[in-house]
Amino acid sequence: MAVADARTGSGDPPKVSLLYNPALRSYVYQAATLILIVWVIWYAWSNAAQNLARANMTTGFGFLNSRAGFDIAQSLIAYSADSTYFRALQVSLVNTLVVAACGIVTATIVGLLIGIGRLSPNWLVSRLCTVYVEIFRNIPPLLVIFFWYLGVLALLPSIRSIFQHVKDNPNAVFFISNRGIYMPAPIFGEGFGYVIAAFGVGVVAAIAYTAWANARQRATGQRPPVLNVNLALVLLLPLVVFALLGRPLSFDYPIPGSFNMRGGMVVAPEFLALYLALSLYTAAFIAEIVRAGIRGVPQGQSEASYALGLRAGLATRLVVLPQALRIIIPPLTSQYLNLIKNSSLAVAVGYADLVAVGGTILNQSGHSVEIIAIWMMVYVTISLVTSLFMNWFNAKMALVER
Amino acid sequence: MPRRFRKTPTPGKQQNDNEQRLLNMAKTIVAALVGAAVMGIGASAAQADTLSDVKAKGFVQCGVNGSNLAGFGAQDSAGNWAGLDIDLCKAVAAAIFGDATKVKYTPLSAKDRFPALQSGEIDMLARNTTWSTSRDSQLGFDFRAVTYYDGQGFMVKKELGVKSALELNGASVCVQSGTTTELNLADYFRSHNMEFKPVVFEAQDEADAAYNAGRCDAYTTDASGLYSIRLKMTNPDDHMVLPEIISKEPLGAAVRQNDSKWLDVVSWSHYALVAAEEFGITQANVEEMKKSDNPDIKRFLGEEADSTIGADLGLPSDWAVQIIKAVGNYGESFERNVGQGSPLKIDRGLNALWNKGGLQYAPPIR
Repeated sequence: MAVADARTGSGDPPKVSLLYNPALRSYVYQAATLILIVWVIWYAWSNAAQNLARANMTTGFGFLNSRAGFDIAQSLIAYSADSTYFRALQVSLVNTLVVAACGIVTATIVGLLIGIGRLSPNWLVSRLCTVYVEIFRNIPPLLVIFFWYLGVLALLPSIRSIFQHVKDNPNAVFFISNRGIYMPAPIFGEGFGYVIAAFGVGVVAAIAYTAWANARQRATGQRPPVLNVNLALVLLLPLVVFALLGRPLSFDYPIPGSFNMRGGMVVAPEFLALYLALSLYTAAFIAEIVRAGIRGVPQGQSEASYALGLRAGLATRLVVLPQALRIIIPPLTSQYLNLIKNSSLAVAVGYADLVAVGGTILNQSGHSVEIIAIWMMVYVTISLVTSLFMNWFNAKMALVER
Repeated sequence: MPRRFRKTPTPGKQQNDNEQRLLNMAKTIVAALVGAAVMGIGASAAQADTLSDVKAKGFVQCGVNGSNLAGFGAQDSAGNWAGLDIDLCKAVAAAIFGDATKVKYTPLSAKDRFPALQSGEIDMLARNTTWSTSRDSQLGFDFRAVTYYDGQGFMVKKELGVKSALELNGASVCVQSGTTTELNLADYFRSHNMEFKPVVFEAQDEADAAYNAGRCDAYTTDASGLYSIRLKMTNPDDHMVLPEIISKEPLGAAVRQNDSKWLDVVSWSHYALVAAEEFGITQANVEEMKKSDNPDIKRFLGEEADSTIGADLGLPSDWAVQIIKAVGNYGESFERNVGQGSPLKIDRGLNALWNKGGLQYAPPIR
């Protein structure tokens, strides 16, 4: 670029007039571009501020500290109508992140399974997977959300029939209704921290044991039993600690209240509809990406692994998938970003995500420019962080040339 | 102050002028580049004479309810708009142009309505909008005429056996986001030490569907809206509106602040409807009433020789006649849209004339 040009010619000053000096010209162009950009931003900002003032609208972000006054149904962090607008935005940001994170995990798993399934030699499995992909990727995500919300979840048993069910089956603890899925909420007693610590120790021990087993396999050719030992470490160890401490865990069971079930945990249908729709919709695209990635690995690789005696499952897991991942990850990142942005469709079913709550604040306070700026900043930030992580992951998975 | 910092006299000023001109030119160019959104606000805010603009373009752009709120703003199967809010739009158009069809409607959601007015996309907002302090001041609007005195209520399924809103402790309540309703709901339950689970929708249609499907125990909005929404339910008779009215909701037309000529036209169009009812002038007898001996009526209908009421408002002298011909008087409009002549069958209640125990009151027209 410009700087490099200047350097190469530094020993021998160019014999051209200043007007044609490439180094100077590129500096001037860059400076002019920079000035133009700064100018545009400044102008847009000051113009908006001026016009808002002329329209007698107050501006600035100070309103975020005033009392919100409205309630939010789904909040994972403490919130009441007395909290500030800023707190309401935080609640909604958490909700957006939760549904996006859950959606990404589920979409990846489902997409992977469907994508591999489409390549299955089993006629039925591959056709079923094809049907899935073709249905879900050809329907707009908003319709998929409505389908789940009004077409499936709204038709679940009403809360009245659940009350009746509880009367008939007093020991039931798990209920599916059109108000959501009710389940017992765990109450962690004193000492439960040790159980979690034991679980952590188990996980670390399992990782260490696997590394040791791998080393041993390389050294002796014999593979020690890994799965059973690891399961024992991860599950049995915490269970033993749990039993020794006298089972410091109880449950808060949902019981019929006046209008809704009281107590317990509830997964709201608004969340479920959005989560299922986003996951299954994006999974269809991921399935195609996975299929393309696998097909991108030459057939000879699988044949070679069969020749080495690997079974189909192992060949896929150990030989094909690691190579396919290199092809899969970059387009997968786009799908993740799409899923995050599509989560703003939450507004259609009343899930309190960033756009829904932001919209309410916009309407209650009238600060549209500020709210829209916040929306854009938050989504850009989330997306950039996601793609930074995926780029890092991609670099880690890329072919290491030795 | 050291000498060298002093401003140089004339030559410098000359230079400043040049710079200023360059600056202005550059500003213009950049402004052309920036375009769209910001400029949209700029263009509308620069003018504060909506009446002239409306006359120039030849129609009134009226922001109305986009979710078919029967009785207030709704389209029939042929696409014709009807409702109390629609009648005000028509009245304004009739007053200005003598032609009630010179209205263009912009259907708006609760969330979109304020930006639409602020940005100048619409000339007036007649969308069952509550007049409140913050909307009047902070949002930069002006309200004056109240077309319907409403209050917030609750609708429940009869099978719940609930007879009062005070029995709703623990209930799930469907509500539309970004409304005063949402705030009143929170306040009401808190002040009565009751809990509730809000189920919040942006669009009224979706809130209706969710309530109909049993997602909520109760639905809350302005009482007038409840009657209208009740008709949309699968079995309207399964639902009842509870007696409590928990808030004051004066619904009125809003215009942008600092445009009092336009505010005058919009609010006096409503007052003309109310005055007409008070005078006993109807759509049918308006021509006849022109010959009335009553000086108040003659003045109102523009029949008094040297009356300048219409002209002072920036309207033709027969503005009131045109309004009444177009939509009738307030009582006629009320009965046709929400009263006994409509499926809603709402009583006049607070919306009766002031001399019949209601709140509808037009200032003297003189």
